Amino acid sequence: MRYAMAVDTKKCVGCSDCVVACQTENNVPIGYCRDWVVETTDGTYPQLEMELRSERCNHCVNAPCVRCCPTGASHFDEGGIVLVKQNKCIGCGACIASCPYDARYPHPKGYVDKCTFCAHRLKEGMLPACVSVCPTRCLYFGDLDDPSSSVSLVLKKRKHKVLIPEAGTNPQLYFLF
Amino acid sequence: MSSRREFLRISFIGAGALAVAPGLIKAAASVKDPSSAAGLRVDLTRTPTYCEVCFWKCAGWVYKTSEGKIWKIIGNTDDQHCNGRFCPRGTGGVGMYYDEERLKRPLIRTSDRGRQQFREASWDEALTLVATRMKDIISKNGPESLALFTHGSGSTYYTNIFKALGSGNIAEPSYAQCRGPRDDAFFATFGEEAYSPEITDIRDTKCLVLIGSHIGENMHNGQVQEMSEAIDKGAAIITVDPRFSTAAAKSKFWLPIKPSTDIALLLAWIHEIVYNGYYDKDYVEKYCSGFDKLKEHVKDFTPEWAYGITTLKPDLIRKTAKEMGNASPSVIVHPGRHVTWYGDDTQRVRAVAILNALLGSWGRRGGLYRPAKATVPSAAIPKFKDPSKTWQDLFPGKYPIATSPVTNVIIDASIPDNKPGYPIKGWFVNGTNLSLTIPNQPNTIKAIQNLELLVVVDTMPMEITGWADVVLPECTYLERYDTLRVSPHRRPSVALRMPAAEPMYETRPGYYIARELAVRLDLAEYFPFEKIEDMLDWQLKKIGSSLEEMKKTGVRNFERDTDDLYFAENEAVEFGTDSGKIELYSASFEQSGFDPMPKFVAHEEPAQGYYRLIYGRAPMHTFSRTSNNPNLTDLMHENSVWINPKTAKEWAIKNNQYIWLKNQDNVISDFPVKVRVTERIRWDSVYMVHGFGHNQKQMKRCFGKGASDTQLITKVLTDPLMGGTGMRGNFVTFITDKAGTEVAL
Repeated sequence: MRYAMAVDTKKCVGCSDCVVACQTENNVPIGYCRDWVVETTDGTYPQLEMELRSERCNHCVNAPCVRCCPTGASHFDEGGIVLVKQNKCIGCGACIASCPYDARYPHPKGYVDKCTFCAHRLKEGMLPACVSVCPTRCLYFGDLDDPSSSVSLVLKKRKHKVLIPEAGTNPQLYFLF
Repeated sequence: MSSRREFLRISFIGAGALAVAPGLIKAAASVKDPSSAAGLRVDLTRTPTYCEVCFWKCAGWVYKTSEGKIWKIIGNTDDQHCNGRFCPRGTGGVGMYYDEERLKRPLIRTSDRGRQQFREASWDEALTLVATRMKDIISKNGPESLALFTHGSGSTYYTNIFKALGSGNIAEPSYAQCRGPRDDAFFATFGEEAYSPEITDIRDTKCLVLIGSHIGENMHNGQVQEMSEAIDKGAAIITVDPRFSTAAAKSKFWLPIKPSTDIALLLAWIHEIVYNGYYDKDYVEKYCSGFDKLKEHVKDFTPEWAYGITTLKPDLIRKTAKEMGNASPSVIVHPGRHVTWYGDDTQRVRAVAILNALLGSWGRRGGLYRPAKATVPSAAIPKFKDPSKTWQDLFPGKYPIATSPVTNVIIDASIPDNKPGYPIKGWFVNGTNLSLTIPNQPNTIKAIQNLELLVVVDTMPMEITGWADVVLPECTYLERYDTLRVSPHRRPSVALRMPAAEPMYETRPGYYIARELAVRLDLAEYFPFEKIEDMLDWQLKKIGSSLEEMKKTGVRNFERDTDDLYFAENEAVEFGTDSGKIELYSASFEQSGFDPMPKFVAHEEPAQGYYRLIYGRAPMHTFSRTSNNPNLTDLMHENSVWINPKTAKEWAIKNNQYIWLKNQDNVISDFPVKVRVTERIRWDSVYMVHGFGHNQKQMKRCFGKGASDTQLITKVLTDPLMGGTGMRGNFVTFITDKAGTEVAL
């Protein structure tokens, strides 16, 4: 099993519902977040292009954060999800420095926190909170090993890219364009 | 030409938490953690509600932890408004409940009006005082001297009181500051309004035309969802906007129009569609009147003519007209929502309505569907008195086609110097922050200073509460029952709002406040149910449900009486206009002394060094009402002023610099606003998100954050047809020399 997410930049309107849904679902303290929205604009008026992306942890196959963690708190869970064991984390921040995507933040309670793909919801057969709330349905989630999963199907059909491929992390967050 | 690249994170980011603003952390510490000790997997109970963060009123479920604390709000999958998916504001609605800066107890003014010195009072004392003062005004000046300004769910209750008293002065800013011109224009054309939620069949459209509508930034949930679905299905979007909006970025055609020239474009489109035969000939023949007059009227309005006015290339105007024609009748020229721009708004939206008529989209799949609404009975109450004087008697002859009382007329009539037909002496304001809603703030303040009574019902200490004599703190929508949501949609439906928690502090539900006031005004018989839940149960049983059942389902959808979402082939349709036809030529406008067909009239342009102030919405905020919500403030805590790089260079203004704005009347923004240098705005305009720049200190999270567009809108272009307040005729310039000083953020 290999969990992955695809973000349709053609449909995302940058509303940040994914952000606030994650914050409430996971009790992320106000002032912090596990996912966020990026807007890029190219060109000069009126020849313009804009891309909106809902971003989060890329749950990399070759995750530098797992490799550099001195205590083993950062680890791979079922389906390749990268998780942090809160009670093993000493808050040293090595993982934060190693992540090319800025996906981690120091939680005020002393450990490092990040997107979990809502692993607690997946166990209950539910989609991650951001995916289930998105008004534009621009987020696709599922198992890449299953060719009939929505994420497999949409990646087969659409042009896509990953962020900072040169980092060699083999990220599992795909952007459709 | 070197390409510019912009990069910004709209939301606050994870790793950037190292640089988090201290204010955010502090705010976090003072907000109760909804499920701290409870953990995530708990035995959750859920109660139904419909959202009150905006007017879309999506139905959802409020989830609580085993300790009974409100945790999260999730959309109801049976609800047509949201299809199980709330927008960021609805998801962040929990913040309204947990906002520790809410109004907590009734307040009575103790010093001069506006100095904000109050004492706390009991509900009995506050309501008795309000009733006494209202009776006093009625005995001296008559009931029509009392006016109600209202927005949102509680409106029905206070409307009942005012009608029972015999005052028809019940005004909603959603009319003269927002939708009024649209609904009147559609009514004049089709004999029917565009409704809320709008009857746009976006999910099945082939072509969606947006005239300044920024769907996606205005988070009208169902429309955003359907626009996304339409994108998936390959629909062509045509966006007309001087700003490269989110919708423009998703469009096949973006028309970067010169602001204030939309009518010229619309007339050129009509010209193209008529003279190239793109219109739906059978439909026009069968349903429309005045086609020949329209054809003659638009004869000279060629794309070349419009080019000189709009700066849009003729080829682009032709291509987009053809695109609409090819999609006909599955095409929507969107009616818009906030359309009070330039004072000729009813005529502009008339042109929009005419386009829809020519393309045959009204009543057609992928165009504008026929809505259906559930019928819910009301309990018998005594007949309302006919008001002896109406709002039209305040300034006779004004705004003859207005179909609803005009807020700004009532405000003007509160100033004795204006010599109104009769005086307005008291305001009752429910759920609308008039200070950041009505343009020309000094005029509103002057009116308030002339009042004998100002009562405000709100959940937050908004600016308007600071001017009140009595402040009545309502509990949030998460702590109360309200009337059933009965909105038109594809299928009739009702939705229930019930409390997920007891009201915090000494706040009370709107129904309680209104009924207790009614009792003190000797109008108890207009509220036959002591408790609103008894009324809801009675109503629901009459339509084959019950309160018990609705508590479990939240929403009930009904079948349509007949299968008539769209017109049947060759259906004989009687339209609600005088002629029974779709009126391309409006005889009723002509009779009232207005142009029967829209004309383009040039508007004032900015002077050297000034830029047109354009404002809009952000998806995570509703007007000025969410600016202090801890969850939503976390997503966006200030607005910025968008300036084109060319303009910024002339002024040597840098991205992220704080500047002040000064308008044509020398009004300077109370607070500095952050500059966003961006190619997404034309060089002759600036853009701001509405609802920021609060100057009410009690709301610490939003006080002084950003600038208020409303403050800078002192020039009002009033629509002579219906009194709408056009707000896009204001121009601003930049003050940078104060910008180097410390900014308290």
